Amino acid sequence: MIAAIELIGAWCNFRVRGLGVGCRFFFVMLSKVPVALKRRGLIRDQIHFIGNYSLLIILVSALFLGFVLGLQGYHTLSTYGSEESLGLLVAVSLVRELGPVMTALLYAGRAGTSLTAEIGLMRAGEQIAAMEMMAVDPMARVVAPRFVAGVIAMPILALLFSAVGILGGWFVGVKLIGVDGGAFWSQIQGGLNLFRDIGNGIVKSIVFAIAVTFIALYQGFQARPTPEGVARATTRTVVSSSLTVLGLDFLLTAVMFGGG
Amino acid sequence: MSTSNERPLIEISGLSFSYSQRAVLSGIDMQFGRRQVVAVMGASGSGKTTILRLMGGMLKPSAGSVSINGLALGPLDQEQLYAVRRKMGMLFQFGALFTDLTVFENVAFPLREHTDLPDAIIHDLVLMKLHAVGLRGAHALRPSQISGGMARRVALARAVALDPEVILYDEPFAGLDPISLSVTASLIRRLNTVLGATSVLVTHEVNESFEIADYVYFISNGRVAAQGTPAELKVTTDPFVRQFVDAAPDGPVPFHYPAPPYAQDLGIAP
Repeated sequence: MIAAIELIGAWCNFRVRGLGVGCRFFFVMLSKVPVALKRRGLIRDQIHFIGNYSLLIILVSALFLGFVLGLQGYHTLSTYGSEESLGLLVAVSLVRELGPVMTALLYAGRAGTSLTAEIGLMRAGEQIAAMEMMAVDPMARVVAPRFVAGVIAMPILALLFSAVGILGGWFVGVKLIGVDGGAFWSQIQGGLNLFRDIGNGIVKSIVFAIAVTFIALYQGFQARPTPEGVARATTRTVVSSSLTVLGLDFLLTAVMFGGG
Repeated sequence: MSTSNERPLIEISGLSFSYSQRAVLSGIDMQFGRRQVVAVMGASGSGKTTILRLMGGMLKPSAGSVSINGLALGPLDQEQLYAVRRKMGMLFQFGALFTDLTVFENVAFPLREHTDLPDAIIHDLVLMKLHAVGLRGAHALRPSQISGGMARRVALARAVALDPEVILYDEPFAGLDPISLSVTASLIRRLNTVLGATSVLVTHEVNESFEIADYVYFISNGRVAAQGTPAELKVTTDPFVRQFVDAAPDGPVPFHYPAPPYAQDLGIAP
């Protein structure tokens, strides 16, 4: 009995400690952002690494998701004779929800894992220790520029995802199935609100970017400096990021759109 | 140990360190004189790399202190510690080169981070450092394109890029072929003389270390087991030093890791 209580206590202690270390890492990282912002070259390189290299997977996924939304949307809407609302359905689905969420999930799998593995391997190869011995703060030189780059790149990727997804929906709905093109675009123009839909979508993608990039960097920094440790950290990045994004999405949707 | 009346550059007193419950160092006293090459030797796992990490402020002592130029490292905050480290260079066992940068950019890294020198001067300084280690011609290569010995020489050029007062070497000879080994040893001695620095060598390579060191400490079980100049240690009768210098497989450093009786483990004990 005592042993079981001890075990629970040790588990709680471990978790609370982990939470504390995570919070500390987050705030130290934020405190180094002003320093990182002065090193634009570092941020530019990281935006290229994180954003540009994620572009292909994001755009191809968006296109196929747009195709599927066009097809499924058409079949559902045609039941009620409102096919002309296809554009609005596709656009609202993408801009409010699927764009930010899918981009965050793909970003976690493509860029998040790269960040974790890169920093984990830098630790394993004593590159982080070497940097510290050269009196260069790795939080300012390695972590903060990647964080800033992630927070800049992901909302742009999410916007591109939504735009390409709408084009995919247009191609299937208008070009292949024959929905009226004018109705498709005018419904989007009339129904999509700049602040309520696009603005909230951007806010979501910024929040997801902060969460996913932080998780990826933290896991890389905390990874055991062994091949197995880096592999585990990479897996944890994908699992934790995905769950966090989906959980945050529910909370943000509830706050932004409520039940109305 | 300083041979003159000058105060030693690095002083370690009553230094103890433990990982969790396991004591690695217990009450060590050492002194590292200015402009000297001092070797810290001992078997694998004796705690010598831990001493180096404590000297670099990468670990905090459980008790005792490490002082550089009279300044104890233990109570320093990050900024103060970084100020001390700017006067230090450290060569890691496998070089720890930045794999995403070229050889040139690796050596330029500390110069770019800590100085506002124009590119043209950084270019010349880096080529001079690389020339000193014989790798000027390899400046455009990436770490993945050079051998382990070359990587260590590049790391050495990077470690001395800012002309440090203290150079810490973690196993500089491990895994090197005889030519690279001799080249690295003479480089360490030459750089120390040219820079007027204090070099601390953590190693178990007896011949090369005795060749270039002014003073040698032997560490065993977290304590200083023996110390002296190479000449003194070569003729000592201390069994620990003798075992090390003569490379004897058994002695004060046992061949076997502590274990229950052999017969008991094999299940044939009466």
